[in-house]
Amino acid sequence: MPDWTQEVEVLIDEGRISVPYSWTVGTTLSRFYCELRDNGKIWANRCPECGTVFVPPKIKCINCYQDLHDWVELPGTGTVETFTVVRYEEPAIHPRKAPFVYGIIKMDGADTGMLHFIDEIEPEKVKAGMRVEAVLEDERDGNILDIKHFRPLKPGSGG
Amino acid sequence: MGKRVGIIGVGQTHHAAKRLDASGVELISEAVTRALDDAQLTIKDIDAVVIGNMDHFENINYVDMWAIDGLGAFMKPVFKVTTGGTTGTTVGACGYYHAASGLFDVVLAVGWEKNSESDTQAAIATCANPTLERDPFAGAIGPLATEYSMYMKAYGATEEDSAIVAARDRNNALNNPYAHSRQAVTVEDVLNSPMLSYPVKFLDMCPRSDGSCAVIFASEEKARKLCPRPAWVHASVVRHDYTHFGDLEWTFMPTLERASAAAYKVAGITDPLNEFDVAELYIPCATCGVKWMDSLWFCDHGGAPDLIRKGTFHMDGQLPINPSGGVISTNPIGATGLIRIGEGAWQIMGKAGDRQVPGVEKALCTGFGGCSWSDVMILGADLP
Amino acid sequence: MEKVAIIGVGQTKYERDKKETFAELVFEATSKALEDAGISKDDVDNIVSVSSDFWDGRTISSMAISDASNAYGKDITTVEGDGTFGVLYGMMRILSGSFGVTIVCAHHKGTESNMRGITNCAFDPLVERKLGIDAISSAALQARRYMNRYGVHEEQLALVSVKNHKNAMRNPLALLPMDISVEDVMNSRKIADPLKLLDCSPVTDGACTLVLAAEREAKRLSTSKKRVWLKGTGHCSDAFRLGDRDLSDTRALKDAAKRAYTMAGISDPRKEIAVAEVYDAFSHMELMWLEGLGFCEDGAAGEQMERGVFNSDGKLPVNPSGGRLSSHPVQVAGLAAMAECALQLRGEAEDRQLEDPQTALVHGINGMCGQSHCVWILGK
Repeated sequence: MPDWTQEVEVLIDEGRISVPYSWTVGTTLSRFYCELRDNGKIWANRCPECGTVFVPPKIKCINCYQDLHDWVELPGTGTVETFTVVRYEEPAIHPRKAPFVYGIIKMDGADTGMLHFIDEIEPEKVKAGMRVEAVLEDERDGNILDIKHFRPLKPGSGG
Repeated sequence: MGKRVGIIGVGQTHHAAKRLDASGVELISEAVTRALDDAQLTIKDIDAVVIGNMDHFENINYVDMWAIDGLGAFMKPVFKVTTGGTTGTTVGACGYYHAASGLFDVVLAVGWEKNSESDTQAAIATCANPTLERDPFAGAIGPLATEYSMYMKAYGATEEDSAIVAARDRNNALNNPYAHSRQAVTVEDVLNSPMLSYPVKFLDMCPRSDGSCAVIFASEEKARKLCPRPAWVHASVVRHDYTHFGDLEWTFMPTLERASAAAYKVAGITDPLNEFDVAELYIPCATCGVKWMDSLWFCDHGGAPDLIRKGTFHMDGQLPINPSGGVISTNPIGATGLIRIGEGAWQIMGKAGDRQVPGVEKALCTGFGGCSWSDVMILGADLP
Repeated sequence: MEKVAIIGVGQTKYERDKKETFAELVFEATSKALEDAGISKDDVDNIVSVSSDFWDGRTISSMAISDASNAYGKDITTVEGDGTFGVLYGMMRILSGSFGVTIVCAHHKGTESNMRGITNCAFDPLVERKLGIDAISSAALQARRYMNRYGVHEEQLALVSVKNHKNAMRNPLALLPMDISVEDVMNSRKIADPLKLLDCSPVTDGACTLVLAAEREAKRLSTSKKRVWLKGTGHCSDAFRLGDRDLSDTRALKDAAKRAYTMAGISDPRKEIAVAEVYDAFSHMELMWLEGLGFCEDGAAGEQMERGVFNSDGKLPVNPSGGRLSSHPVQVAGLAAMAECALQLRGEAEDRQLEDPQTALVHGINGMCGQSHCVWILGK
């Protein structure tokens, strides 16, 4: 770069354009979220060819590219496959204040895991392999935050 | 030397203003499923996938990663290409090069858009240079209106010429079950429709749509084995020469002239008006459907209005343009260019239903977008 | 298959808060690449730009750099993803027979963007995004899973950071050359357990351009010293939702690597690859990718790292440039990795030069937690 750039004032032009978005939930996930919102149930769907059970439900089996018409109700419990304690603040995207815990929970009755928060336990005590259950909001809107978080199953509570 | 490539299957969604029944991924899978059916293949036959759309219309980053379920691309090679309005034709060219390179035999190319999920003009606004051009000139309609005003002044083209094009494309759409907007329209209706930005009126202008298109390309050996009448790719040329709207040449369409001239040379076309049997052209506004005919070498500069008035490009004319209804009837932006290629392919394959032009041997397909960018793809029933 | 070569390399310095515009960055890298190749802009017949509307905050982001990439009058297209995928498309276009010389250019100004917001947008708006997940928190989930599965320790992750920042000290272009210890890494600020500040790559600005040429053009336009052949490539994507994957499983990388090795005729990567640049966006990723590439058994990279196998004076030097941990301009990263390997094979890597390497491996990723991989084998 030529030297003159060292001697001039750098101008910064800031701008902001508002582009609101509204995503169509579509047929498959609408059913999932309606069941969650209205009945407080977590449903999965299953491939007729390879038998894989997906939660959240899928539009097609990722292995077979088959339509998935069989729906399976899940008990809402699962096992923590992995987790992390988030320690930074990013209010624009975080619905919770740090520190908080994300986990991927392998759901009982399904072959996939769900990403969500883990709470009602000190972050330092969370371990992979823990048994957890979904805790639902009392007032639900039909989105993933209708599940408030997952909490440790009480010992001997059928997990 | 590369391989020769043919299109062996096409699938489209039923395009609409809002497909509230289908999420983006569901829309994509609809087109992909139909393309596989059209080619009588399963997902296992697909060797590689390419996808395109315009990010800011749906606010999804890394769309190729997000679309895996809909594309059937789990554990397959996949990547994304995107070039604004020309995305659809860029996706088509990419599908072609995948197969022509010899690295992949059967390639799935998908374009899609859910324009209903955002404010289209606001999302487009950021394409203009923020310090030089964004405030005065952002948006699609302004530049197109300006362009036709200059053309009217230079060559005596009229608002009625544009209305003829609009009515033609819109009426053609009545034969296309996939088209978004299907309405019988007279030239009078177009002229009487509300003015958007002089001289562009409401019925001159394309809608924004939700939709997806999937096209399957195959290298020669596979194409012959899998398809009775592939649409062979004869040429693919792109010219995206401009960065700033202020640099544009306004009395003709330079990138289209250059791209089409280069494509005609590759494909051995010397008399396009006579040698093409059908054209699916990216005409976003009916005014372009007048002016840009010059730049496709159908006539000298200023010669288009005469051809338009004679009905040259109607379904019963010398060179039918946009039997599908074109962009003015259907515009899911990331798919729009690919729909031109898909429709052109169906015309050659004899699968264009009620909008079939009889005896199609050569089809011309174009893409448009960005800062007056042009893409051209030529398809033929014979091997190139 | 006709051979394709890299005949020109151009890079800007990788820094924060660069004052140049995107176009100026691309112009700098492209001019340097053309000069390095010893060709004029008219020898080029097509361009693949690598550009992201999200990172640039511009719709049709490739438009801003179109002039600067030498696109006028030429065929041009844009890949949105890592630079390694741009090279793949650039190579395809040459192999098709339509083109002889391709420019592949990428640019990025991380300091002008909001990394967390932008990577949050890579997650499914209907299922994951509202939770606020981003590149770092998802990488942390992966790191924990990998460590648990194979009994890998944080100290072993730290070794990656120590090695790469140290390597960067011999790379005048790198953003973060640092002489640090495992203890420094372990004491650095916790970001998302188990990842600490020094386990994470930095937000970076920069651009890189490569010139590719078909064999006939490469031989006409360039010297044998400058030519580096693209011998093999493969790409493959895993599933999208984090819960659809075992984040410690490198199946997509193994698939991509296998394709690349087969094409290049490599049967024993540990013996046949002299140097590798892999995508270490986070320290644990280098360990995972080295395993997925077959340089050691699954779960064993940490141990190998302890033995110094992947140091610059080790059996298989990895990330001699300093890696992404030292400079991470997204999209550009894969091109920068390829630039380093090209320089190494040419004998132009200055203080980082390894002893006469003949075959190099370049690895790029796309998507979160390395969902998609693109592997390259380069040879002299």
